[in-house]
Amino acid sequence: MKQNQLDAVFRALSDPIRRGILARLTQGEAKVVDLTAPFGVSQPAISRHLKVLERAGLVRRTRRRTARLSHLQANPLREATQRLASYRDYWDESFDRLDSLIADLQKGTS
Amino acid sequence: MGKSQLTAEPGSHQILITREFKAPRHLLFRAWTDPQLLKQWLGPRRLKMIIDKYDVRHGGSYRYVHREADGTEYGFHGVFHGNPSPDGIVQTFEFDGAPGQVSLDTLRMEEHDGTTIVRINSVHQTVEARDAALASGMADGLEEGFQRLEELIAAMAPVGAAGA
Repeated sequence: MKQNQLDAVFRALSDPIRRGILARLTQGEAKVVDLTAPFGVSQPAISRHLKVLERAGLVRRTRRRTARLSHLQANPLREATQRLASYRDYWDESFDRLDSLIADLQKGTS
Repeated sequence: MGKSQLTAEPGSHQILITREFKAPRHLLFRAWTDPQLLKQWLGPRRLKMIIDKYDVRHGGSYRYVHREADGTEYGFHGVFHGNPSPDGIVQTFEFDGAPGQVSLDTLRMEEHDGTTIVRINSVHQTVEARDAALASGMADGLEEGFQRLEELIAAMAPVGAAGA
């Protein structure tokens, strides 16, 4: 994943409504009107949020007759999470190793 | 014991990490400052840790390298400020690949009934550098983002295989 796409993904996720939209889309495709109701904002506002999500590659939009449907694309999110996790993973893995070392030191075996 | 806690407030220069260990702090201090011990635990298991120098005293410097199996190396270096003790270790931290991007790391150890809580406070020069250290470009909502992301990922597990 390129840095600018990663930036776009994180920017997209920085808004609670957009995270809510993604959570809703994990249950399946949705029309703009379906996405508007739960958030108490206008339809154009939801459309703007969808554009941000689409640019980040998190949402794909298709047409069925007159309705525009939004679908979740999970892979960029997955990749971004892996990147996010890396700093935490570094320390978690280090600390787990430190636990073992300390146990050895206390037993006097190291 | 258990998992570490990582806090990175939106718009802040800091990363806070807290972790509890079932050990007295003098032992943790040894594991943290004796290079022979440090290289046995710092960093992911898959990387070999090589310590060039580790001069634990006021003004002393350190440098170590994490090496991948393919030979790729990630080097880090810095200087200790103030005499390191179980009360605190203060050091600068700089990735060889990003000279001038320095964080100031303060480590504190509190011992209660044989258990020690280690707190690391890592202060970066800018919010952007802090975010980069977390390997993220997220400008805000980071902490909540962590949790929400985990929930989202859990919720979408069956979608992923077919996704994108």
